[in-house]
This record gives sequence, structure tokens and C-alpha cells, in this order.
Amino acid sequence: MTLALALEQLLNGLQLGVMLFLMAAGLTLIFGVMGLINLAHGSLYMVGAFACATVAAWTGSFWIGLIASLAAAAAAGAVVELAVIRRLYDRDHLDQVLATFALILMFSEGTRWLFGSFPLYLDIPPLLQGAVALPGGTEYPVYRLAIILAGAIVAFGLYLLISRTRLGMRIRAGESDREMIGALGVDIRTLYTVVFALGAALAGLAGAMVGALQSVQVGMGEPVLILAFVVIVIGGIGSIKGALLGALLVGVTDTMGRFLLPKILALFVAPAQAGMIGGAAASMLIYIVMAVILAVKPRGLFPAAHA
Amino acid sequence: MVEPVLQISNLAKNFGALRATDGVTLDLRPGEIHALIGPNGAGKSTLIHQICGTLRQDSGTIRFAGQDIGSLGVAQRAQLGLGRTFQVSSIAPDFSGLRNVMLAVQAKQGSSFRFFKPVMRDRSLIDTAMAMLERVGLTARARIPAAELSHGERRQLEIAMALALGSKAFLLDEPMAGMGPEGSKSLTRFLDTLRHEAPILLVEHDMDAVFALADRISVLVYGRIIATGTVEEIRRDPTVRTAYLGDHA
Amino acid sequence: MREIMIVTRESLINLILAAVLLAVPFAADAFGQPFYVTLATRIAILALAATGLNLALGLGGLVSFGHAAFFGIGGYVAGILAAHAFSGDPLLFGLSGTKQMWVIWIVAVIISGLVGLAIGAISLRTSGVYFIMITLAFAQMVYYFAISWPAYGGEDGLSILVRNQFPGVNTMRPLTFFLICYVVLLLALALFALIRASRFGTALQAARQNEVRVATVGIQPYRIRLTGFAISAAVTGLAGALFADLNRFVSPSMLSWHMSGELIVLIILGGTGRLFGPLAGAALYVIFEYALGGLTERWQFFLGLILLVVVLFARGGLLGLLAGKAKHG
Repeated sequence: MTLALALEQLLNGLQLGVMLFLMAAGLTLIFGVMGLINLAHGSLYMVGAFACATVAAWTGSFWIGLIASLAAAAAAGAVVELAVIRRLYDRDHLDQVLATFALILMFSEGTRWLFGSFPLYLDIPPLLQGAVALPGGTEYPVYRLAIILAGAIVAFGLYLLISRTRLGMRIRAGESDREMIGALGVDIRTLYTVVFALGAALAGLAGAMVGALQSVQVGMGEPVLILAFVVIVIGGIGSIKGALLGALLVGVTDTMGRFLLPKILALFVAPAQAGMIGGAAASMLIYIVMAVILAVKPRGLFPAAHA
Repeated sequence: MVEPVLQISNLAKNFGALRATDGVTLDLRPGEIHALIGPNGAGKSTLIHQICGTLRQDSGTIRFAGQDIGSLGVAQRAQLGLGRTFQVSSIAPDFSGLRNVMLAVQAKQGSSFRFFKPVMRDRSLIDTAMAMLERVGLTARARIPAAELSHGERRQLEIAMALALGSKAFLLDEPMAGMGPEGSKSLTRFLDTLRHEAPILLVEHDMDAVFALADRISVLVYGRIIATGTVEEIRRDPTVRTAYLGDHA
Repeated sequence: MREIMIVTRESLINLILAAVLLAVPFAADAFGQPFYVTLATRIAILALAATGLNLALGLGGLVSFGHAAFFGIGGYVAGILAAHAFSGDPLLFGLSGTKQMWVIWIVAVIISGLVGLAIGAISLRTSGVYFIMITLAFAQMVYYFAISWPAYGGEDGLSILVRNQFPGVNTMRPLTFFLICYVVLLLALALFALIRASRFGTALQAARQNEVRVATVGIQPYRIRLTGFAISAAVTGLAGALFADLNRFVSPSMLSWHMSGELIVLIILGGTGRLFGPLAGAALYVIFEYALGGLTERWQFFLGLILLVVVLFARGGLLGLLAGKAKHG
């Protein structure tokens, strides 16, 4: 019974990890290619969720909503890149932090303006409703498994994109040497816009998929954003591989920590206290993991060539 | 036999398959200028980095002022009296030249954890720093932000900082680079007097300066020292002529 | 000649700022408008918090995106000590709580300084964008801890029923409490000015400009930065304790990353690395918040827009606009 529960939690951890990967991949790509730290990435996640919820409500189809979320987040990303972000590439990180912090304020308040303060709800599509039986007798929602699968597909797709396509070649060139890529005659400005929009689309996809699990509301992107920061710091900023492993590590550690720590503590202290201490300790666990990793490897597990 | 100030033995450093430093043995004796020359890519910078502590050698030892410094950090080596100037001038650009040198003076005094006394009212700092600036001929430009100093003046400023540290040896990384002919000449004259302060390991491309100043020359090619000797010996050395000097001499 | 004129011009503006901040609450009190006294108190406390951050960010170039942690810890020190004093339950090691502000301040300074030392010790091993994200992450850790630890209110926060006391005065009177905060702010500004001009400040600023240079003269940048970071955290923690007393309430929102962002914004609005930058920025920010908030419910949108314009087009902040380029000596 406990084993089945642990398996369920492990899957939840994987699912969280997959979501974090979608966020972290965009962040780390944008940092790797353009050297930009983008706090507003969580806002693009929110844009995806709102677009999906709204379009799904209009059309009655989650799937059209999902496509809308990709389109809306990519479009929002492209617009933001053209209007603001491209002025920040040669600025220092402080300016980037402030400008993208300002964008968060505008996105959050703008969304509240358009949609009001009440959360929207997004239903799980009929195809993915229900649950499957896990070994050990418990059941697990199909939708969460679908998210894990979707994340795996996206990760594989990104791998193909970066290693096998012309766009990927340019991205890799941009990561290793920004001057060289200009010399190659690649239109950097367009490349940057495309990369930013791609990162935005991934965030939007994550937002849309999570939107069916939680409520869709302003500010939903922020906790995910900060976890994604932890992920890329652990993985090594600029490394997609680091983002994937970091995301799975953070997702599983966080979920299993919340599940196991109170149980472990209950062996030593009274249950009520174990719940309290365990819960508080679990909420800090991934940050402790991050601190330990950084104490050993200050540039993360897979440090990129520059950063 | 006078003990060398700086003694490098069998130093080696690889970057992947590249042997950037390949068994280098080199010493610097009191009062001398020892020039290190070699074509671009010979590994001069890598060697300098290891001596200063910004890179760690794979094997070999570096002794300085009677102790093994091979595992110390940059700051600790500087504290022992290893004064260095950079290929590209390294200064605090927002500070005046004076405050740059004062930083070195306070470091020498070992007292950076004083929180309340304003440095600009601290005569012990200012007077010492001004004396150093006078020695390099920068008195008139002392209060100008270092960012506004000319290339040559920044070099002088760096040397003033190394002087303020009371360095037991100077490590000068291409001090002539980017200097006009006049600047090179006056700097050459200055370095000639600086050797009485402490010995100089001089990395330099300007052969006129090297031949005018050096007591000994070591030639570094592909990470190896192929010859060490006096100016005359090096001029005559056939391997050096083919490997390096051929297009200069 | 030009240099001297700019210096005096900035000092003059500083003097005016300090005088106006002092005059407004007196006038408001005389006209029976305590709300404006509270607004001025808020400015003073936020300016104090940002002055703390300015030590790390302005002098040391350390872009800490986690100073809310110290602000909040200072706040919780005030809240927890007051709560124990009120209930009479002993705190750790049989020590009791207290309602004395000055005791609270000392504890807030020590604890936030120590936490700053711990967070800094790990974060300062990295630099650049890593440092930004790590300080942010550590602050989130403290935030989530405060939310999930139920003993002191968890998500709901902790109320201070009666404002803590200061010997000889009535802190419940808004003007009195303002004056306490104002004096603490002036003391912190004096500390900032002293440190900036000192040997330590020289090394800290030099480490911002050129880390390798500092190491090459034999000073270890890490130690200098860590010390600067801890002092910075302590000052921001002190501000947090005052902020808790101002609102008579502490909650995890003091620890949130929005707070960290706000503190950076205050400095940038005012002018980075300048003595009175945080005060100018805090004044501007609180006035924006109040004026825009009166005009539109969507004031945060316009705040973001203004901030964006400042970052993109007016990097010197308010004091840069008024007093010209910063001087370093």
C-alpha cells in the first residue's frame, strides 16, 4: 500500500519535473543564446494558461485551446522581444532583471484588467479523463501521465531541433560565439526573436497543461518561475541537458520530500510535530539541495561554455 | 650562489590534448630582468596565469620568496609580494589613479577591514600613494578617474600599484603593448631603474626593449623553454633563430 | 571647479530631501492628517531597507534579488519577540520576549546579519546571473518556511497587538514613531557614507569595478563581499523590524520576491550607489503608489511602465537626472 503511494508520488514528482523542464528549457535557451535573464518567463506561462482556458471555453475544445496557448505565448514572446527585450541584450543583468520585473507587473495587472480577478477553470479533455491502475492497487490520473508523455516528447523534439536542424545549428553557434554567428551571415535579430518566441511557446504550453490541474489565475507563473530558476542553477545555466536533469531532480525531490519527510520524522517524534517540522523542512528541501550542489559545483552540474 | 626569488620547476599544464605548459623550469634572481619571449600561442599567458594563481598547474612546483606557492590563491601570492601588471591594463576605472594606488597601499598595510575612517583624510595612505605616483611620473594626473587616463598612463599606474605593494618581484605582462615609440623609450628607462627595487620577469614582444633591458632571456615555444641565456647567447643560438628570431634578427 | 559644483549640488538636493521628509509629517500632524505621517514613515522605512541593499548593490555591485529575506526576518523578529512578551511564553533557552524596540532592533540586526552571512557564504561563490537567481532562491526558501511553519501564523501572518515601546516616548503617536524611524534612517545613511569612504568601502567598490585587480593587490574579494553582504542584510533586517511595528503586523508577504524586486526598484529609481538614492527612490515609489492608486485601480500596470521607461531610457534615476553623474573620488 505504502509502496503504491510512493509510486504515485514519484509519478507526481516526474510530472512536476516535466513542467519545470518546459519552463527551464526556454529560460536556459534564452540565457544561453542571448545572455538574457528573463523574469517575465512566468508571465508567458500565465498567458498560455489564460489563452487555453479562454479558447477552450469558446470552442469547447481543449485541443484548440492548447494550440491557442502555443500561438498566444509565442506571439506575446515575439512582441515583447521586439518591443523591449532586444534593447536589453547589451545591458547588464541588473537592467535585465528590472526591465523584466517591470514586464511582470504589466502582464499581471494587464491580465487582471482583461479577465478580472476571478480564476478561470479549464477542464481536462474527455480523451484524457479517468485513471489507470498502478501496480499495488492505486489508480493514477491519465491526464498526469499524458503530461509526462508530452514533456518527454517535447524534450526529444528539442533535442532533434537543436542537434539536427539549421535553426538548431544557429542556436548552437549563437551559444558558443555571438560574434561568429554574425560573421556567418545569420540574421541575429531574427534568430533572437525566434528563440525567444520558442521559449515563450514552451512556457505557454506548460501553463496550458497545468491550467487543467489547477485554477488559471494571475500570478500562477511566479512560483513555477522561481523553481525553474533553481532548476537551471542546478543544471548549469545555458545547458538544456542540465535543465532536463535539474528539472527531474527538483520535481522528484520536492514531491518525495513532502511525502517522505513527515513520515520519516514520525519515527522519532510525535505525529503532529512530525507533520509540522516535516512540512516546513520539505518546503526548504530543494533549496538545500541547490545549496549543496552549488557548494560543490558553483556553476551547476553541466556548466555551459560561457555564462 | 644567490637563491632565486622565484623558482619554477617542471611546471606542466594541459588543456585536453594541448600541452600548454610542458615541463617549464625557470628562475628569477635578485636584481635581474629576465625576459620571457616566444611566438604567439607559445603559452606565455598560460605560464603567467599559473605563476599568479589564476590557473592551477597540473604538476610541478612554484617557489617564491622561499616558500612553495603552487597551491595558494591569487590574493595570497600577491600578499607575499608578487607584483603583477596585465597585458590589458587592470585598474578600478571609477576611482582616481590616487585611490587605485591607495587600494594597494591599504592592502600592503593589511587593513581593509576598517569601516569608519575616510581614506581621503588618511595621510598615511595618501602620502605613500602619492610617493609611488611620483616615482612613475603620474603626480599631475593623480586625481583624474583612471578610466580617463591614456593607455600608457594606465601602465604607469599599474606599476605604481605594484610598487606600493612593496613587491619582491615584478611580473610584467607585455608592458610595451600599445605604447608609442616615445612611451616605450621612457618606460624602458623606467624599468631599467625598477630592477634595483626587485627583479622583473618581463613578458614582451618588443625586441628592442627586451634586448636593451634583459640580463637573461628565456625562449618559450609550444609550451617548452627551448633556450635560456644572455642576450648574446640567445642572439647566436641557432635553434632560437630558426624557431623564433628568424623574422626579427 | 566643475567637480566641486556637482558635489555641492548633490549635497544640496540631499539636504532638501531630508528636510522635506522631516517637514511633511510635522505639517500633516499639525493639520490633523495622520495618514500622511504614516506615508512618510513608510518612505523612511523603505529607504532604510534600500540603504541596506545599496551597500551590497550600489557599492559592491552585488545584485541581490533576495533582500526580502532579511527584511522579513527583521519583521518576524519584532513580531515573535512581541508575541512572546504578550503571551509570557518563554522563547528559546528560557529567554522571554520583549516589547522594547531597541532590544528588538539589536536582535533583528544580529539575526538578519547572521542569515546574510550564511546565504552570502554560499551565494558569493558564484557571480553574475547565478548570484541573482541563488539569492532569489534562498529568499524563497525562507518565504516557504514562514508559510509552512504554523507556530507564528504561517500564511496568515502575525499581529503585533500594541506597537513596541521606546523608552521615554509614546510610540503609538504617529509623529513620534516617524521621528524614531527618521533618526534610524539618518544613522544608517551616515553609516553608508562612512563605509563608502573607508578602507573597507574602497575595497568593496574596487571589487565591483575590477575583481581581478583587488585580488592582485592581495585582498580577497570574497571576504570583502561577504562582510559587505552581511552588513547590508543587517541594515535591511533593522528596517524590517520597524516595518513590522509600523503595520503592527508581519506576514510572509514581507519575505516575498516582489519585496526583493521592490527594494531594487527603489534604488534604481533614486540612483544606484548614491547616498540618498534609496530615499529619493522610496519617496518617488510611495508617492507613485499613492498618486497612481488614487487615479486608477490598475496602478501597478503603470508603475511597471514607468519602471520600464526608467530602465531603458533614464538609467541614472532621479538623482542622476537632478545632480548629474555619480562621483567616486
